[in-house]
Amino acid sequence: MLSRDDQDSLKKTPLHALHVSLGGKMVPFAGYDMPVQYPAGVLKEHLHTRNAAGLFDVSHMGQLALRPKSGKVEDAARALERLVPQDIVAIAPGRQRYAQFTNADGGILDDLMVANFGDHLFLVVNAACKDQDEAHLRANLSGDCVIEQLSDRALIALQGPKAESALAKLCAEVSAMKFMDAGPHKVAGLACFVSRSGYTGEDGFEISVPAADAERLAKTLLDNPDVMPIGLGARDSLRLEAGLCLYGHDIDTVTTPVEAALEWSVQKSRRSGGARAGGFPGAENILAHFDHGAARRRVGLLAQGRAPVREGALLFADSTGGEPIGKVTSGGFGPSLNAPVAMGYVPTSLAALDTKIFAEVRGQFLPLTVAAMPFVKNTYKR
Amino acid sequence: MTTTLYTSDHEWLAIDGDVATVGITDYAQSQLGDVVFVELPKLGRILKKAEAAAVVESVKAASDVYAPVTGEVLETNPELASEPALVNSDAQGAAWFFKIRIADKSELGGLMDEAAYKAHTA
Repeated sequence: MLSRDDQDSLKKTPLHALHVSLGGKMVPFAGYDMPVQYPAGVLKEHLHTRNAAGLFDVSHMGQLALRPKSGKVEDAARALERLVPQDIVAIAPGRQRYAQFTNADGGILDDLMVANFGDHLFLVVNAACKDQDEAHLRANLSGDCVIEQLSDRALIALQGPKAESALAKLCAEVSAMKFMDAGPHKVAGLACFVSRSGYTGEDGFEISVPAADAERLAKTLLDNPDVMPIGLGARDSLRLEAGLCLYGHDIDTVTTPVEAALEWSVQKSRRSGGARAGGFPGAENILAHFDHGAARRRVGLLAQGRAPVREGALLFADSTGGEPIGKVTSGGFGPSLNAPVAMGYVPTSLAALDTKIFAEVRGQFLPLTVAAMPFVKNTYKR
Repeated sequence: MTTTLYTSDHEWLAIDGDVATVGITDYAQSQLGDVVFVELPKLGRILKKAEAAAVVESVKAASDVYAPVTGEVLETNPELASEPALVNSDAQGAAWFFKIRIADKSELGGLMDEAAYKAHTA
């Protein structure tokens, strides 16, 4: 149990009172008092999101504006390219892209979303990293950009096949948005930023709303019988089934984007031979991994039995143990798959689909198969 | 005539002669959430009091179930392999975990009756 002091030091999102009133079971997460589940429970919340729509409070995440001092958004984009291996210049106005801040060794400091809002860039970063990310941006980009943490905004994710119909009642324009479109929209008359994206593998939206209006917007969305509040527990099982990385677990300061199987997120323009190759922290290692391969790789893992294989489980090449070949970085039970799902790092020689390996769980060596991700087909509206 | 006792770790034991049927309490299942897998001890295994005897896994986490008394595992519940959610729907009935032959009845002395357990979880 937490001591009283610890509870008092936990931060609250603008939706905290709503979570408590909805019966949310509150737990500490990244310095915030957050709902891990509501009375429906993780299983029902997960399945409801896949079948209808789930509302998630992700206000603990960091929202930042990067405003070019020159007034030209491409100058902010060029500046940000000094810190990430992505092509930021190519993000068209009204579009968003997944990116990573890298370190000098090519490891990942954080992963983030970058949107082009026409006159500035809008960034969404992980809660646990947001202060460090802001300092990193200030230390490196202050010459070119004004950096502003938008701490007066909440962030609500609405995910699932009914997300569009639920949100369209409050903002008709969202029906025309495609996956990774992003920009300012009036939602229920409120000045929001809406992106068609999320962290569940489902179609859906993330809505940045002024903190003072967040509860009203959340309640309006929850008034729709298709929409159920979803806690962090189901958020984790949904993203795991979708094969999406959790920072600090599946990716961290010692995993490169290539090892993490995130090659798709590094555009050709930043790779060897590209128009703006390199020029980001750790480029030497990351480009070497692109050009010559990496020794290990993040893979999806499916179990044959029913026992979940969880984070930290050691992986082995055969059922007799010996030297571990790697480790599970995320694992649990996938409610939609109705089976255990996991991801972890293995030597590249054992990363091919259908390779049989073993995980040690409570002294037993359970057979696993390297499997394609996402485990559950995503339903993005492209 | 059976007597039901409880541990501070939220196991229940229904005692009939020198055999105890063991499961987790309704309070425990409500705290764990949706149960997706149960690992039971092998038949014939001699469990020591307070030793990890079984594992109950929810979507979120794995939790140990401890042997409330020392003794030999006589029987395990075959229903839990195919229907782990029984733990949520009938924790103190159909979702019993295992039966154990009580080696030393004096170990029962430290366990709680229903009133004491209710106070413990209040």
